[in-house]
Amino acid sequence: MPKAKVNGVEIEFDPGLTVLQVAEMAGEEIPRFCYHERLSIAGNCRMCLVEVKPGPPKPQASCALPAAEGQEIFTNTPMVKKAREGVMEFLLINHPLDCPICDQGGECDLQDETMGYGRDASRYRENKRAVEEKFMGPVIKTVMTRCIQCTRCIRFSTEIAGVSEIGMISRGEDAEITTYLEQAVTSEMSGNLADICPVGALTHKAWAFNYRPWELKKTESIDVMDALGAAIRVDARGAEVMRVLPRVNEAINEEWIDDKTRYACDGLMRQRLDTPYVRENGKLRAATWGEALETVAAKLKKAKAEKIGVIAGDLQDAESMKATMDFFTGLGVKNIDCRQDGSKLGHGPRESWLFNTSILGLENCDALLLIGANPRKEAALVNARIRKTWLWDKLQVGVIGEAADLNYRYEHLGAGADSLKDLLGKKPHSFAKVLKDAKNPAIIVGPGALSRTDGAALLKLAADAAKAFGVVREGWNGFNVLHTAASRVAGLDMGFVPGEGGLDVNGMIDASHAGDLDVLFLLGADEIDTARIGKKTFVVYLGSHGDAGASAADVILPGAAYTEKTGIYVNTEGRVQIANRAIFPKGEAKEDWAILRALSEHVGTKLPYDSLADLRHKLMTDHPTFGQVDYVATGAPLDLSAVGEAGEVDAAPFVSPVGDFYLTNPIARASVTMADCSRSVAAARAGAMAAE
Amino acid sequence: MVGILEDKDRIFTNLYGFHDWGLEAAKKRGAWNATADMLSAGRLWVIDQIKNSGLRGRGGAGFGTGLKWSFMPKEVGERPHYLVVNADESEPGTCKDREIMRHDPHLFIEGCLIASFAMQAHACYIYIRGEYVREREVMEAAIKQAYEAKLVGKDNIHGWDFDIYIHHGAGAYICGEETALLESLEGKKGQPRLKPPFPAGAGLYGCPTTVNNVESIAVVGTILRRGAGWFAGFGRPNNTGTKLMCISGHVERPCNVEEVMSIPLKQVLEEHCGGVRGGWGNLKAVIPGGSSVPMITAEQCETALLDFDSLRELRSGLGTAAVIVMDKSTDLVRAIARISYFYKHESCGQCTPCREGTGWMWRVMERMAKGDADPKEIDLLIEVTTQVEGHTICALGDAAAWPIQGLFRHFRHEVEERIANYRSGKPHVQGATLVAAE
Repeated sequence: MPKAKVNGVEIEFDPGLTVLQVAEMAGEEIPRFCYHERLSIAGNCRMCLVEVKPGPPKPQASCALPAAEGQEIFTNTPMVKKAREGVMEFLLINHPLDCPICDQGGECDLQDETMGYGRDASRYRENKRAVEEKFMGPVIKTVMTRCIQCTRCIRFSTEIAGVSEIGMISRGEDAEITTYLEQAVTSEMSGNLADICPVGALTHKAWAFNYRPWELKKTESIDVMDALGAAIRVDARGAEVMRVLPRVNEAINEEWIDDKTRYACDGLMRQRLDTPYVRENGKLRAATWGEALETVAAKLKKAKAEKIGVIAGDLQDAESMKATMDFFTGLGVKNIDCRQDGSKLGHGPRESWLFNTSILGLENCDALLLIGANPRKEAALVNARIRKTWLWDKLQVGVIGEAADLNYRYEHLGAGADSLKDLLGKKPHSFAKVLKDAKNPAIIVGPGALSRTDGAALLKLAADAAKAFGVVREGWNGFNVLHTAASRVAGLDMGFVPGEGGLDVNGMIDASHAGDLDVLFLLGADEIDTARIGKKTFVVYLGSHGDAGASAADVILPGAAYTEKTGIYVNTEGRVQIANRAIFPKGEAKEDWAILRALSEHVGTKLPYDSLADLRHKLMTDHPTFGQVDYVATGAPLDLSAVGEAGEVDAAPFVSPVGDFYLTNPIARASVTMADCSRSVAAARAGAMAAE
Repeated sequence: MVGILEDKDRIFTNLYGFHDWGLEAAKKRGAWNATADMLSAGRLWVIDQIKNSGLRGRGGAGFGTGLKWSFMPKEVGERPHYLVVNADESEPGTCKDREIMRHDPHLFIEGCLIASFAMQAHACYIYIRGEYVREREVMEAAIKQAYEAKLVGKDNIHGWDFDIYIHHGAGAYICGEETALLESLEGKKGQPRLKPPFPAGAGLYGCPTTVNNVESIAVVGTILRRGAGWFAGFGRPNNTGTKLMCISGHVERPCNVEEVMSIPLKQVLEEHCGGVRGGWGNLKAVIPGGSSVPMITAEQCETALLDFDSLRELRSGLGTAAVIVMDKSTDLVRAIARISYFYKHESCGQCTPCREGTGWMWRVMERMAKGDADPKEIDLLIEVTTQVEGHTICALGDAAAWPIQGLFRHFRHEVEERIANYRSGKPHVQGATLVAAE
């Protein structure tokens, strides 16, 4: 391992590192604007200049210079100090004095590095240049006069987001960053642009002028907008969540989050159920907890177990689902289901419904087959990881399903099950050879295939393909199921699926429609067709937002949103994570599990836990996988013949059940920002097609 | 006898276009004579000859050409080698490459073949500045003639498959910087790359590439024909050979002339250009190598030699040997302000010191040209030039800083006087003050 000296101290390093990385390893801070660990090297801000011997008599850009054996790196000599002060001075001569009105203030690289490495006052007496604001969509606010042309945004959109929509025009001091077409940036990762911009040129439009970063209380938590469980930080002031930012988690989201995760948080303040409601004479009126619970209990005590149905929604934490399951199975109810999307998963080995390769494991994959999956809409961060591996030239992708724009090139094998059968047939598509020759092939089966009536049979077909191509072997499990709901895997793990002879979600809705279901308990379930619920069914909705479920309800029990309770969520990889509470539930709303506990008392079948800790204890005792927090078993063995069920498959093309990426759950639908995004991104995409 | 170089030793025998540039006429003047023999002597011999001739790059930097060629990989691996010729000629004051291209293109094309052979390249790209329309037309026609005569192309008479392509620029001085030129050639924005890696390792399309100036390539054939020793016989050690010099400004007869290196500057001005306007005593300052090098005083011009080392000792440089002569009628401060505007206009905007610094330096220079400044700002401006110099990705930052440094090194008193006059209500008026086009 080569050795170099940083300010006289010797340090050993892996070959291939740059001088900046070696200096940072040695504990010396190197200021920078354009360098970012996850983007390509630009070397144009010139802030990272250090003195390197042997070398030319001028300072070198440490972010780009490869570190070599025997180098002597100096970061604190007068030459370096002068270079840093010089660059800071140059950056500030045209930078507007916007700090008092700039959202980046308090978390601004320019402010911090000026204090650390800059001059005390400016010596510039000429006029400053100004740049027109650009329109980049509903999510990014641009004040381009503040831009220091570091080009991080250009590199992020081109490399990571895969949309080459931002670039630099003109030259010299007239150089400007723009989308040129002045339309919305169509990437679902565009919110990250404001994070990486080191100054206040790109900021978050939804949060403009709302807060200063130092007045926010920061809580580390887990995202529930999709099934990935990205690491987030919830920043709240008082009773309001002001913003959601990403945390670093190399295993799931690296340093990014998608726009829904980030900006749906304004939906937490709208359409909130903050008091119990009871429907009287066709209209909902506010009620006390006692009244609401008694009403529900009365109905439950009267109804027969086979005429009660329970559906769990997509944002539910494991504790509330456990309490619900324990309560209702205690009443003998068999009609319980957590699979709002109609999928048939939940039987067979646990690995048959997990993303077994793990998201990080995708980086080792060299051939990937997507079956009925559109990861860009369904799990944007998985898509980013696929793109990252593809960009390194290590991955070839084949798609059976929609020919959607995924931001990376792939072979489109066909639209539906027939293409999958052909792949296993006598004269398969050339992609079959790619899979056969691959060292680490993987298959991702998505909701486009699994949420259909023939989903179980399609799963079996996918498992057959996995077997044929050696996707699962000792030390490597490339068989993956992509979920879209944060609650799904937890529900499947604890068995929140119909019991023997019980009805699934569609069965319950059909029964209700036919007048055969007396009570329907919706635990945050809004993605069902509430129009088909029959008049004879007594609907109870327990949730945080007034969406489809609440409008159809006869009793509303207000619960807590994901930022208002601590909860266990299991992501699509089977990784158990614990989200934390950032603020308190609104108004009279209570934590969901506590509502079930209180209800059980009214019904007379008291649940055996009085605290969240007791509930968790029972959860983990009954289902030990919930005790494996933050753990994924990559390469777990899987008997593919036990996956799925034999049956007829339909030739209809696979279509993603996710219609509009921005409006997939009640919180997102309540969000003004999400509505804006939905409208303008659709317009931008339509416009882009017209221009061709 | 005018000057030092004798007609028999001239390389560019059609510099002024008195003769036909076509293939037959060029051959009569010596182009393509014995080229096949040179190639059969082997590439190592060719490189050695060029090294021994002492030829230093004629594009401004003066880096040993033979040494540069030897940086290419010894073995050709997976990536093909390329020769790229820099015909962007945008350095203010320089107008020599256009003469080569429109009057002696075949000498140039022959040099491309030999140089490519030496570095094992089968393809050569000539990047010509967009404004040189007629020059490009002549080059394209000459290349066509060469292809038709099977002097170049596949299965040519020289036994080295060789393709030569012309690509033109679109009006950016920065595309004369070698890595920006490669970027522009690849179809991207002409913004320089970081070095390392150097083009010999990763150049055009990531392949080993050498970028040479037109004149450097065009003299190769004659050097090999007449011998490295012949070429090295001109000029002082380390500054050998002949050079095309472009003298403009306040001389009686501005002209291009081929002369020996290390010829005294005074001799060139007096003998080739008819002397300084108004006599030698009317000389004020000279910029000897294109606007990027600092000026030298009339006194220094008495003894300055036109070569790399002599001018470097005078804290200037030979650059492209574009001699800009300024007599006593010149408002030097305005001149340097105009030069500063050029760099501000041509900055690509990639790196901070050049993007922001060239604009700052120009604006301060403009005020100083009027005299509307504080005397303390002189030292401030000099310090700003040292903040730009050496901290940029490419040499444009240095080139922007040096003229200002040269002005203050030799004529600081003029600026101080101007400021004093302005402040005491007697602003400077010298001829018509031209406002920069912005």
